[in-house]
Amino acid sequence: MIWETVRLSLLSVRRNVLRSFLTLLGIVIGVAAVIAMLTIGSGTTEKVKADISKLGSNLLVVRSGRPAGPGGPGGLDQVVRPLAQKDLAALVTHLSGARAISPASQKQVRVIFGTESLTSGVTGTDSAYLDARDWKLVSGRPFSDSEARSGTGVCLIGETVRQQFFGAGDPEGEIIRVNRTSCKIIGLLEPKGYTGFGQDQDNVVLMPLAAYQRRIAGNRDIDSIYVAADDRTPTTELLPRVEDILRDTRRITPDREDDFSIRDMTQIADAMASATTTMTGMLGAVAGVSLLVGGIGIMNIMLVSVTERTREIGIRLAIGAHEKHILIQFLVEATVLSLLGGIIGILIGLALAGLASLTLTIPFAPSPAVILLAVGFSALIGMVFGFFPALRGARLDPIDALRHE
Amino acid sequence: MSGSLLITFDEVWKSYGQGEATVHALAGVDLAIRSSEFVAIMGPSGSGKSTAMNIIGCLDTPTAGTYSFMGIDAGRLDRNRRAMLRNLYVGFVFQGYNLLPRTTAVENVELPLIYRGVAARERHDLAMKALTEVGLIGREHHTPAELSGGQQQRVAIARAIVTRPTLLVADEPTGNLDTARTHEIMELLTRLNTELGLTIAMVTHEADVAGYAERTIRFLDGHVASDTMNLEVV
Repeated sequence: MIWETVRLSLLSVRRNVLRSFLTLLGIVIGVAAVIAMLTIGSGTTEKVKADISKLGSNLLVVRSGRPAGPGGPGGLDQVVRPLAQKDLAALVTHLSGARAISPASQKQVRVIFGTESLTSGVTGTDSAYLDARDWKLVSGRPFSDSEARSGTGVCLIGETVRQQFFGAGDPEGEIIRVNRTSCKIIGLLEPKGYTGFGQDQDNVVLMPLAAYQRRIAGNRDIDSIYVAADDRTPTTELLPRVEDILRDTRRITPDREDDFSIRDMTQIADAMASATTTMTGMLGAVAGVSLLVGGIGIMNIMLVSVTERTREIGIRLAIGAHEKHILIQFLVEATVLSLLGGIIGILIGLALAGLASLTLTIPFAPSPAVILLAVGFSALIGMVFGFFPALRGARLDPIDALRHE
Repeated sequence: MSGSLLITFDEVWKSYGQGEATVHALAGVDLAIRSSEFVAIMGPSGSGKSTAMNIIGCLDTPTAGTYSFMGIDAGRLDRNRRAMLRNLYVGFVFQGYNLLPRTTAVENVELPLIYRGVAARERHDLAMKALTEVGLIGREHHTPAELSGGQQQRVAIARAIVTRPTLLVADEPTGNLDTARTHEIMELLTRLNTELGLTIAMVTHEADVAGYAERTIRFLDGHVASDTMNLEVV
């Protein structure tokens, strides 16, 4: 009986192709919008999460300057007291719960090899840096403690630098010029790609901090200190400890604010991920409104259909259809219509999301739950908005219905 | 010739409106139709004949009095029970054919069987058999729009008899047909009446159409004005 009714309603959909298509359009657009928005949204969230985890997870970044204020972090209105070697030493000595602590000073510097040149992000650091940032070497070795201390002219380069100077060749042992100093390449960093902010993370040169300070920066300053938490210590616990130690070594009296900032990369990652999730939800909700409009379209067309087919209902009632048969017939018809619209909408929505993921280079992340929800929801819309017209049809008096022109 | 009592009207009233504005479509009608009878029902419009037909076909219920169909007090049944009664025992033929548009002849004929829960294959076989009986085989896949008036009425008759009903209610079945088609349809109804023993209650305006029936009941102002046996036509 039910199967028969489904078949009948499919027939009726086919008999009124244009009208069925127009009815479907509302649902198709609604479902396509919801699916596209949610799929693109979850792709974006994944992308943001991946980008931020590239920056390093469980990582605290200490910089000089007040956390926030007029002029932003490290505000321009204040005299910035840079981080110094003794700050680093204090952290290394006193901080518990850290896996790696590493200083870094950075500058965009012209790097030259032969006749080729490239402006690259040159970082002066120590042997713990790779560990702190979770970076790996493809080949070669990191610099040793003694090289780091003495400031030997050795360096590690990123993939972009290698390609610029050596193509696919082996850069190890080659000497490049960084600013006015030369250094020998001892290792190649694993490619990391671009950050979400469009920064090339492979256009880098790492060298011992002492060498950087002496030959490139010309001072003893440390721009930032990376503190990676160990597995047992959450960054939220580590952060106050770092703050205490630094306040102590930098002799900041309790009545004064920090003259340094500590950024928790995990928290930033969470915040950004939750922001994109909220955004996704909002877009989904807006798209959901169009689904509702689609549902009203279904109701409208079903009312028209019931009126138009009053005579048919009369015939059916006369030859023995019960109220429930008519009710079910129109309910099934509305549900079949909206389900059909839902399925077409899902396909279009996924296609749109696929297109978007290609152009925006975000992962294509279709969620089975969302798709199932969309199917269920469109069926529900058919039933809810089809019910009133169906009931109206079922309640018709067969004599009046047969007389209807 | 005629069998047991199939239909009885006992003091049947049908009234519309209230108070001063009350109109009595049927004002205390007594009537009996035996099974296998072929009855023509005549009368001017407003005479109550259509109301009587609706009650006979279990589409309507009397306001007062008793309508009994096959010994069942059909006038007191609810909508769905009457629907069941119609599905099991009554076939309908209308002046305007009332076939489902854009639906093939055989699908139209199958319709009452769907509400009986008959399986698809058996339904198709029964529908084809009914179409054969009305002489429409070969046109079973035509839609009403592709059939002439006479052919459409044959489909409607096939739909009415496919359930092997006890009673056929025909509301001016030839009202839209020319003389030749009218004769064909009436011959068909007569044949169904004699060969299958189908009881037929038929409303008509035309005396020569009524002549095919064995009995004519005339309504006037909500009463039975006359009830006469017809002379044999042949």
